[in-house]
Order: sequence, then structure tokens, then C-alpha cells
Amino acid sequence: MLNLFAHPKHIFFVLFVCFIAFSVWIYTIPLFSPSQYSEKELHLVAEGRLVWQKYNCHTCHQLYGLGGYLGPDLTNVYSRSGNNEHYIRGIVKSGVKQMPAFEISEDEMKVLLLFLKNVDQSGTSNPQDYQPEILGTFSLEKK
Amino acid sequence: MRNIGIWLIRIALLLLLAGLFFGHLASESYRITEPKSGVMGFLSLRPLHVSSAYLGIITAGLGFLTLIIQKKRTSRFGTFLQYLHFTLWIIALTGIFYSYFTGDFGGREYWEFNPVWALPIFISFIVFLVFYIHQIGFKVKWPVYYWMWLTGLVFFIFTFIENYLWISPYFREHFIADMTIQWKVNGSLVGAINQIIYGVAFYLMEKISGDEKSSYQKLSFAMYFLGIFNLMFNWGHHIYLLPTEKFIHYIAYAVSMTEWIILIRIFYKWSKQIKENKQFYYFFPYRFLMAADYWVTINLSLALFMSIPAINLFTHGTHITVAHAMGTTIGINTMIIIAAAFYFIKPTFNNSKWKQFGTITFWVVQGTLFFFLSSLIGMGIHRALWQAGLANESFNKMSSSSGNWVLLFIIFGTILFLSMGTFIVYLFVKSWKKNKFDFPY
Repeated sequence: MLNLFAHPKHIFFVLFVCFIAFSVWIYTIPLFSPSQYSEKELHLVAEGRLVWQKYNCHTCHQLYGLGGYLGPDLTNVYSRSGNNEHYIRGIVKSGVKQMPAFEISEDEMKVLLLFLKNVDQSGTSNPQDYQPEILGTFSLEKK
Repeated sequence: MRNIGIWLIRIALLLLLAGLFFGHLASESYRITEPKSGVMGFLSLRPLHVSSAYLGIITAGLGFLTLIIQKKRTSRFGTFLQYLHFTLWIIALTGIFYSYFTGDFGGREYWEFNPVWALPIFISFIVFLVFYIHQIGFKVKWPVYYWMWLTGLVFFIFTFIENYLWISPYFREHFIADMTIQWKVNGSLVGAINQIIYGVAFYLMEKISGDEKSSYQKLSFAMYFLGIFNLMFNWGHHIYLLPTEKFIHYIAYAVSMTEWIILIRIFYKWSKQIKENKQFYYFFPYRFLMAADYWVTINLSLALFMSIPAINLFTHGTHITVAHAMGTTIGINTMIIIAAAFYFIKPTFNNSKWKQFGTITFWVVQGTLFFFLSSLIGMGIHRALWQAGLANESFNKMSSSSGNWVLLFIIFGTILFLSMGTFIVYLFVKSWKKNKFDFPY
């Protein structure tokens, strides 16, 4: 079995090719996933992502548990209550606790809200919505 | 400036010190209740902390590599490449810190600076790869650490391009695919840097023990390939919760579990390890490598548990993940860097008091790191219980009620900053002594 490793060049090449194929497959996933948004809306969502980055929101907040730890996860903040757009606007403009008030333009706010709406509609980040399974995996369907 | 390698190591030591300092300042943000703006705000301090540490580790890896390979071949082209790489690297570092201090953000997590500064990083790595191949060549049979360094450089370049795919609207428009790629990048980039640093550790062990055979053994290559197999495919454990293709999750789960082989091998070699530890204990480079080995065991055990999706569901997004990240960067990478710095700088302990002080400080670093990581795990468990719905309170209340863990985290973080900083400052000062780097390679 270990003789296999006597030719590192070949193994390196094979693994690298597999890795490239895996990567390319991941890049093409969007092509096969239909979106409910129009092209124009998707463009605005992409702009909203840039606003999220420009103001370093990920430093304190997470999306799907990925990001900073100082503030709450914002994956589903858009649908947390009925009047959430006003709530998000208020928090961003006036700040709360360690979070400073951001001088964000109205255009930026609009695309940021659209981005958060898009994230919210992609799924749920609440672990309580998931069901652990015997094989160590978990699924979204609660039994 | 004849020895670029020394300069890179000096810069790396300064960056690591800055990383500790900014980390200490950022940790204070967990206790304050008022927002701070400007460079003293958390929005700047966290990127400053993370980038200083991250870039410090990369710079150190490239510095040690330069020291090892720069005398393999002397040519004008090689010298030109070294200077070109160094110049580009300095431009990138200057730009990145300028970006942070002026609040000019726009990048992604861990790379928050204005994306324009990614360009000199990218070009400098291409130049370094050419320099590496130029110096090493393909004529002789490569030991395993040459392969590790090549892997680190190639994968860093590939993954760094992926790191900026978000510039294209095609990726940003599709949030799930974009996040998948972002965390593919974060996982693989760390893996690439680890290949460079672990290669340095392998090189050091070979030189210290005098056993050159192990670098060519098939088993060493088998472990190396297991490492790059994980680098390529196990990053998916970061995104178990993300509703991407299930296939990515299953691959990550299966590949992550192959790390049990590494853990079992560590325990299999345990008695030999203890014997070796006693033999070389008083040699400082070895002592830090020994520490890195033990931190590998602890971190790997934690990583294996976190890679099981049903456990990850509750630990994900908590400080348990931070404990794992800090355990890797401080416990493994920085220990190897300090070991290598001791090996190459070769400080002479002028009196036995300094040697004794060094020994005490070494154990203070190890003990403090253990308690520092424990406090992070404590914070993580507190949050995990809240996420699981066992504590019915708001996020704010949950955060406030973990105040004791936060206090311990800040106290141990401060001691770690001071004790580890002592070694870094010491090595930095000693690096200015003349002719320290003229040794046979």
C-alpha cells in the first residue's frame, strides 16, 4: 500500500486535478439553481453584499454562523418581526450598545435591506430548526 | 540588505507582536457598553488583530523558506526575484495597514482591506514560487518538506484567486454559492499556509535529530498526502449549516474523519515522543516544537469533534470555533515560528538566569494558553446552550451573563500577550547580532 507513495508527482497531479474539477463544479452551481429574483434585483443584491463588506458588518455579525461574535447572527433578521425594515434601519442609523451609528446613504440602505431579504429567504440558521441524525449528520425536517 | 530572509523574519516577529497587541485591545470590546469609532473601535481592531497575526505567520513562513533556500543556488536572477518579492510584500503590508488605519475597508472576513492591496500579495507569491523552483530545481530527489512548501505556495496562489472571485457580480448575486466559495477559500488558505509552516517544522526536526531518512520515507509521504487531501476537501465542515449542495457536506464529513489516522498515529508514537522530549528538552527550538506537537493533539481532537455535523450544529458560530482557530494559530503555528526563530537566530544565553527565566516564561505561555482556550470554550458552551434553546433569553442577556468567562478570557489573553511577547521581543533584538545566520545548510 505504501508503495503507492513512492511516486509523489503522480499522486500530487491526480489530487490536484480532482480538486480543480471539484472547484469548477462549485463555481457552476448557480447556473443550475433557478432564482426567484429578476436580473435587476440580483444586481442590487450583489450591490448590497458590497455594502455589507464596506461597513465591515461581518466583524460583529454572522450569516449562517459565519462571521464575528460580538453581535447576533443576522441570517433571519429580516423576517424576525412584522415591521423589520424599520427596525433594521433604526439600529443601523442610531447604533446600539457597542455598535456605532453608521452614516449610510439611502441607496446603500435599500440594497443592504434587499441583500438581507435575499439571505433570509435562502434558509434558516437556527440550530433548533434542525434534527440531528444517528449517523452524525442532521436534516432540516423535524421528526 | 544582503539577507532578505532575516528581514522577513524580523517583519514577521513585529507583525506577530502587533497581532497580540491588537488582540488584547479588541478583547476589551467585549466588556465595554459604549461604541468606539475610528481605529480604536472593534470594527478596526478585529481586522488589525487577525491580519497582523495571519500576515505574520505567512511572512515568517516565507522568511524561513528564504533562509533555507537562498544559498542553494547563487545567481543574479535569484537575487532579483528575492528583492522583487520583498518589495512587493512590503508594498502590500504598507497598503493593508494604511487601509485599516484610514478605515478604507471593502474586503471579506480576514481580508478586510481595500481589495487593491491583494494585487501585490498575489504577484509576490507568483514571484516567490518562481524563486523557489529556481533555487531548488528538479534534479535531486525531493524530501517531503520540499513537497510541502511547493504545495503551500501553489495552493496559496490558486486559493487567493478564488478569494477574490466575489469581485465578479456572478458570484455575489448567488449568496449561497458565494458563501460556499468564501469558506472553501478560508479553509484551503489556512491549509496552504500550514503546509509551509509544518514543512519548516519537519525541516527543523530533521536537522535537530540528524535523521535525514525520515524525510524520504513512504510513510512521511503518506501523511503529507493525507494532509493535502484534507486541505482540498475537508473545508466543508465550516458550512454544514449553509443550504448548499449536500454532497459538499458529505465529502467534508468523510474526509474530516480521515484525520483520526493522524491522531491514532500520534498516540502510537507517544512513548517514543516522550523519550525524545526528555533528550532534547533543554534545547529551545526543540522545546517549542514539542509544545506544538502537544497542541496538535489537543486541536486535532477538538477539530474531529467539531467535524461531526450533529455536534457542529451546536458548536458552530460559538467561541468553540474561535478556540480551535486560536489553538491552531497560537498553539501550533506560532510555536513552530518561535522554534524556528530560535534555531536560525541562535541566541546565546549570556547567563543562566536568562535561561531559567526563559524556561519559566515558556511554561507560563503554555499554561496561559491552555486556560485562555478553556475560557473561550466556556464562552462557547454558554452560547451553544443558548442556541440549542436551553436558555430562553435575548442575545444581549445571554452575552451579559457570560461575563465571568469574558473576564477570564481577557485576563489570560493579557498574560499571553505579555509572556509570548517577551519571547518575540527577545528574538527580534537578538536577530540584530552580526553573523548569526551564517550556518551550513
